[in-house]
Amino acid sequence: MTHSLQDLQQPAVSSKVFIQRDYSSGTICKFQTKFPSELESRLDKQQFEETIQTLNNLYAEAEKLGGKSYLEGCLACLTAYTIFLCMETHYEKVLKKIARYIKDQNEKIYAPRGLLLTDPIERGLRVVEITIFEDRSIGSGR
Amino acid sequence: MKNCEYQQIDPRALSVSPSSAQNHTEKKAQRPRRKWEVFPGKNRFFCDGRIILARQSGVLPLTLGLIVVTCGLFFAFDCPFLVEHLTVFIPVIGGVLFVFVVISLLRTSFTDPGILPRATPDEAADIEKQIDTSGSSTYRPPPRTKEILINQQVVKLKYCFTCKMFRPPRTSHCSLCDNCVERFDHHCPWVGNCVGKRNYRFFYSFIISLSFLTSFIFGCVITHITLRSQAGKSLLQAIQESPLVICFFSIWSILGLSGFHTYLVASNLTTNEDIKGSWSSKRGAEDSGNPYSYNSIMTNCCVTLCGPMPPSLIDRRGLLPPDEATPAASASDIELPLFAAKNDTHMCTQSTKDVLERMVHSSDFHGLCPPGTPKTTPLEPEDSSTPAPSAEPSPSSTGCSQQHAHQPMATPCPPFSRGSKRDSLHSINPAFRLASPSPSLSRASLILGDAADTGFIPLP
Repeated sequence: MTHSLQDLQQPAVSSKVFIQRDYSSGTICKFQTKFPSELESRLDKQQFEETIQTLNNLYAEAEKLGGKSYLEGCLACLTAYTIFLCMETHYEKVLKKIARYIKDQNEKIYAPRGLLLTDPIERGLRVVEITIFEDRSIGSGR
Repeated sequence: MKNCEYQQIDPRALSVSPSSAQNHTEKKAQRPRRKWEVFPGKNRFFCDGRIILARQSGVLPLTLGLIVVTCGLFFAFDCPFLVEHLTVFIPVIGGVLFVFVVISLLRTSFTDPGILPRATPDEAADIEKQIDTSGSSTYRPPPRTKEILINQQVVKLKYCFTCKMFRPPRTSHCSLCDNCVERFDHHCPWVGNCVGKRNYRFFYSFIISLSFLTSFIFGCVITHITLRSQAGKSLLQAIQESPLVICFFSIWSILGLSGFHTYLVASNLTTNEDIKGSWSSKRGAEDSGNPYSYNSIMTNCCVTLCGPMPPSLIDRRGLLPPDEATPAASASDIELPLFAAKNDTHMCTQSTKDVLERMVHSSDFHGLCPPGTPKTTPLEPEDSSTPAPSAEPSPSSTGCSQQHAHQPMATPCPPFSRGSKRDSLHSINPAFRLASPSPSLSRASLILGDAADTGFIPLP
């Protein structure tokens, strides 16, 4: 993402925090909402939880099992899966929505605080990476 | 398999400072490269990253060949006769089935099975930091597992030394492809690829349609022969001209495999889990102790086969940003040694020499190591290939070779297997443990480990 490139060139990266996956409900994509201590000086706990919770809800929407996804699956099967060559899957549509949401959050909330959220899809949906930049007023984060 | 030994991540080796990153841009190729070009796993890419295959796809042409030859013979010899005596729909049905089979097969082979990209160096360092502060302070690499609760059931997550991350549940590392694959089922040589989350439905539709195709052809051939012998023509000649033999042998294995996979789909299990018996010990309480099962056959089937199609996580066709050294840890062969050499050449050379010396001395250790099973991999519960005919009802002739992860080895020494490369990597380990964990040594071993993978260092 060009977003992260521009940010990295000027302020130095102080550290990175990784929000790991929460597997308590199975293999669905869900991230832990526990507030990391490294962000305490930069961000509200509530703000953080809201971001992660929204992300979790969006991923749940992508992976939702329901009539629509089954219909898409059956249609794909009947066309010998060639339909995916021309049609975007429901999951991909939600991923685009997630990318927009993250960009939006970065612009409004995280960038003003010297933080950067990385889209989990760039890390294989394993972690939400939050980059903490050096804040000249406060000093280095770690 | 590349890096089965634990390599301590040196926090100073992480590319945090912008100055070193900028130097890299000069060294990088002028043409922007795509991510598939630096992909660390053992895969092959075609059409500029659109098509992905395992490195060893040797049997895929055979599979295709068998299908094409069988159908060809059917269309050439049986169809004319049957169209004349029965109905014109026979070649039509045969044709439709054939097309479906081939498309499913190609989809299975060329689709990313659900490969997990390797952890970035920063991520890996973060995980290792957590482990060190909570556990032992030495650098001895124990088999690392993390227990979590899934639907009130304890599941162990294993740490993958190659990919440097805790594997998500149901994920396994395929040694043939050198990748962690989500919802890993098995590595199928007939299809030339792993079967995992993203291509299981294609694989299933391939074997089901193949069962229908072979049964259909078999039925038509029998009908043909019967009609011919009734008409008084030579039975032997009729048999010779038909694809009876191929059909006869393959039909039972394919039907068996289809039946087995139907059972797996209905109980939301993978071949890997079924072979390892992950949930069978809990059988008796519910229909199985499988925490992923929805306890309803219909739901399990729908979820596995008609669920939402997850995206490919490896972004093969993405362009590499010019100022990123490596998109994944231990990916680019040249980058890491160059980077280390740039920073601290003298120290690294010195430590590299030390380690090399120790390597030579500690090659004696191998005689003392208790030999393990030749097929298991050292230290790390990574998969190895073991054909498991007993697990399948079908004969192993056409069964896919099953890959399954072994439990972490209790012995610290690896079994004497798979050549000297593994041995030299292992011999770094006792040296590493003996020496104090100095940053220079750890950096040297990081270089050594990665460089050894790509054959930079001549092995003793």
